[in-house]
Amino acid sequence: MTNHWSDLQNTDCALIMGGNPAENHPISFRWLTKAKEKGGKIVSVDPRFTRTSSKADVYASLRSGTDIAFMGGMINYALENNLIHREYVAEYTNASFIVKKDFEFNDGLFSGYDEATRKYDKTKWAFETDEEGNPKKDKTLTHPRSVFQLMRKHFSRYDVDSVIAVTGTPKEDYLKVCETFCSTSKIGKSGTIMYAMGTTQHTVGTQNVRAFGIIQLLLGNIGLPGGGINAMRGESNVQGSTDFALLYHLLPGYVGTPTAIPEHATLEGYNTKETPSGGYWSNKPKFLVSMLKAWYGPNATKANEFGYQYLPKGNKNYSHINLFNAMYKGELEGAFLFGTNPVVGGPNAGKEKEALSNLKWMVAVDLWETETSAFWQEEAGSDPSKIDTEVFLLPAASSYEKEGSVSNSSRWMQYRWKAIDPKGESLADLEIIHMLVKNLKGLYKNESSAAAKPINALYWNFGEGHHPDIDLVAREINGYDLSTGKLLKGFGDLKDDGTTSSGNWIYSGFYPEEGKNRSKNRDNKDTGGGNFLNWAYAWPANRRILYNRASADPSGKPWSDKKAVIWWDESQKKWTGNDIPDFKPTVAPADPGGTNPFIMINGGVAGVYAPTLNDGPFPEHYEPFESPVKNSFSSQEINPAVVIIEGEFNLKGDSKKYPIVGTTYRVSEHWQSGSMTRNQEWLSELAGHMYIEMSEELAKEKGIKNKDKIIVSSARGDIKAYAMVTKRFKPHMMNGKKVHQVGMPWHFGYKGYATGDTANRLTPHIGDANTTIPEYKAFLCDIRRAD
Amino acid sequence: MVEINLNRRQFLKLSGATAATLAVVELGFNEKEVHAQTKELKIAKATVTPTICAFCGVGCGILVHTKDNTVVYTEGDPDSPVNEGTLCSKGTTIRQVFTSEKRLTKPLYRAPGSKKWEEKSWDWMYETIAKRTKETRDKTFIEKENGMFVNKTEAIASLGGAALDNEETYLLAKMMRGLGVVYLEHQARI
Ligand code: SF4
Repeated sequence: MTNHWSDLQNTDCALIMGGNPAENHPISFRWLTKAKEKGGKIVSVDPRFTRTSSKADVYASLRSGTDIAFMGGMINYALENNLIHREYVAEYTNASFIVKKDFEFNDGLFSGYDEATRKYDKTKWAFETDEEGNPKKDKTLTHPRSVFQLMRKHFSRYDVDSVIAVTGTPKEDYLKVCETFCSTSKIGKSGTIMYAMGTTQHTVGTQNVRAFGIIQLLLGNIGLPGGGINAMRGESNVQGSTDFALLYHLLPGYVGTPTAIPEHATLEGYNTKETPSGGYWSNKPKFLVSMLKAWYGPNATKANEFGYQYLPKGNKNYSHINLFNAMYKGELEGAFLFGTNPVVGGPNAGKEKEALSNLKWMVAVDLWETETSAFWQEEAGSDPSKIDTEVFLLPAASSYEKEGSVSNSSRWMQYRWKAIDPKGESLADLEIIHMLVKNLKGLYKNESSAAAKPINALYWNFGEGHHPDIDLVAREINGYDLSTGKLLKGFGDLKDDGTTSSGNWIYSGFYPEEGKNRSKNRDNKDTGGGNFLNWAYAWPANRRILYNRASADPSGKPWSDKKAVIWWDESQKKWTGNDIPDFKPTVAPADPGGTNPFIMINGGVAGVYAPTLNDGPFPEHYEPFESPVKNSFSSQEINPAVVIIEGEFNLKGDSKKYPIVGTTYRVSEHWQSGSMTRNQEWLSELAGHMYIEMSEELAKEKGIKNKDKIIVSSARGDIKAYAMVTKRFKPHMMNGKKVHQVGMPWHFGYKGYATGDTANRLTPHIGDANTTIPEYKAFLCDIRRAD
Repeated sequence: MVEINLNRRQFLKLSGATAATLAVVELGFNEKEVHAQTKELKIAKATVTPTICAFCGVGCGILVHTKDNTVVYTEGDPDSPVNEGTLCSKGTTIRQVFTSEKRLTKPLYRAPGSKKWEEKSWDWMYETIAKRTKETRDKTFIEKENGMFVNKTEAIASLGGAALDNEETYLLAKMMRGLGVVYLEHQARI
């Protein structure tokens, strides 16, 4: 989230799309209720009339997978009706930049496309630059090749009638959404967009979010209280685990993983290639070297490039789908699973279960026996005698049987104290990881093989006992000034010469001095604006609203007193206000860079045009991998830049055989793959059955009554469940064609108290063009009565 | 009730930076008065510890009441500016994460081709897992590719971790990179 939960009370309009906070982030909704009490509006856009929709002022439905058409239409509406914050757009975004003549867009394809590799040559989308390499600008926004004019042209195709013919949204609802949300372009108003997996889990997921970014910049809503783009995180620490880089392509603090390309062969080469000339990322070498010092300690020296060579360097996309494809093909021998259950939660889950039996060994660390750790059992439909996988199931302690911090969706790092000893023989993951490393280090201790070197070099100094000293871990994350041994005050002090360490630079500063772990802060006095600066710690630097410099005009005055966050105080010669400035506090508006609020980005302005993405600098509508209709925006049916895995691993359904759009979602009582909640008595009783939600119209066509047992089938598999016939779904009418949609929770499996068939047996193995996030939210299926 | 809550809250606020676990009786409250005022006898004399909900990313504060080595009660933390004492159905029932009979309490091992779990000791588990990891790693380790150091194994994967604490995710990321694991993924992708 750019903003945070309690800041939602400051919004004039919350557009909630691709998420259902009333049900899935219930307590967040109390802040929206407060906003409503102050006159704010809630707009809900969802294929299904959800509990969030029932609390909304405006609701519009859309067919799953048509978000870009929907948002593209809103961008066009804002531009055509001049409902934009023009000065903000001209000063704080790249709308004024001039794009080279090479940029083109024809029939769904941007220039530079290579059909054979399904890749774009992104240099075709570059900006025109002056002698110093800075982009040329036209702040009047009238140059025909300015981003602004190209954007206007691109989205002019998204007129209301073309949009609703694709999304199936009733026209009056659509116009009401556009009008309500675009009213936040007025000075003194702010609007927020809240989204979750309904936005990201598509082959165009990244561009869905981009479309949100564009409209928010056009309306001048980024950096303001009650504004921003707010991804609602589904797990208590999925924010933190991402910050700490449990992802193949990242190192802690969003530093890109070095890969096996010649430019990354040395630390210097990596730094040269990956460090931009301007913006805060120009400090990247300091972050990386300080992390290497934390990881390899005294074994990281100037002479050995601070241990850079020890880092693994991959040469391909190792993301979830590809990981399981490799496992399916027998390329993997072993796997560690920490509290994860892909046999329920992974896409095309039946195939992921099959893949597991190709492992030689699996280590599962969990509170429960899950469908995944038990994949070899008869109950799972397996023949144990034919499965040779060794499984090590390690009992883990729950969240309050140990201590440590978690980072919520607001980036607030909050501490959990230990309430009780771990149940039975279970242990904290911290101890399990520590002991695994100690045992491995023990085995390699006397070896000098190639494989031994990196593990021997790994600095592991968290105390002598079985249980590591968590305080030492926390300090290592924050980092030290290695010449004095003192804790670092913040990431501003990091160096690239090996004299500082920090395990994760974005967190540096949460533990600035002895006895002061700021994630433990519990002063809940509102320090202004609902920012609660002394409760917990928000990375980076305890900032609560990112890009808050943009809440003030170029001269440093808040655009409106009603929406003030920080401002330039001429008498003190610094930025001041209700939040920690997301800006160098002493850089005056008149100083060089003083009007560039987006300090992370080279150039200091936000991108309504993104020439760095794999699938184009502007969002463009494509149909999902499986769609009931042809793409009416171009002759490109699906995102031309997605990678398609052919064969058994990823069967594709045809709309003749599977005419219904399917989607998945969560319910309040269950969580993710259900292992944490289906193993509890009360929650199991509250939501005990797997069901498929459908419209009355579809039920009638199929002769299905409420609570009938039905079968849902897709190209990947069949599942059984109860029918839930509701008014919450309505068929979508598109160009006179009726398309039905069904939806289902994805929490169920065969273990626990509440059991049911697994929705993900139906979903495909296809991912987004940038992130490879699977397209869970729009697939084709059919339904029939089970008897 | 209100009075008890206020006192407890003041205590938690004051002690926030240090250990926040303390039995209510140790706070110098008049025990009799506490008994008289509280209808929920089961939480009198209980130890109260603040935690953060284990489920969604809202991050609600929860107070865990423990007594006689079990969890007797949980409630929303009234001091948290995130939830101000309120919780949803999942946060409310978090006590059962401890009390559920389905919890694993012993390390379990499944041998190749076997139909059942066997109980094993932690030491045996650590040693055997380390051995398997080393065997696979040594066999598949790639030190160099096209003349450059790549120090990786493409035969071991690591999955999951979104429910771990920050300190744990940090150690896990460090461990896996140290092993040369490139198939490193978790729930942020799915
Ligand atoms: S109580 Fe509910 S809303 Fe709050 S963090 Fe837990 S799951 Fe999320």
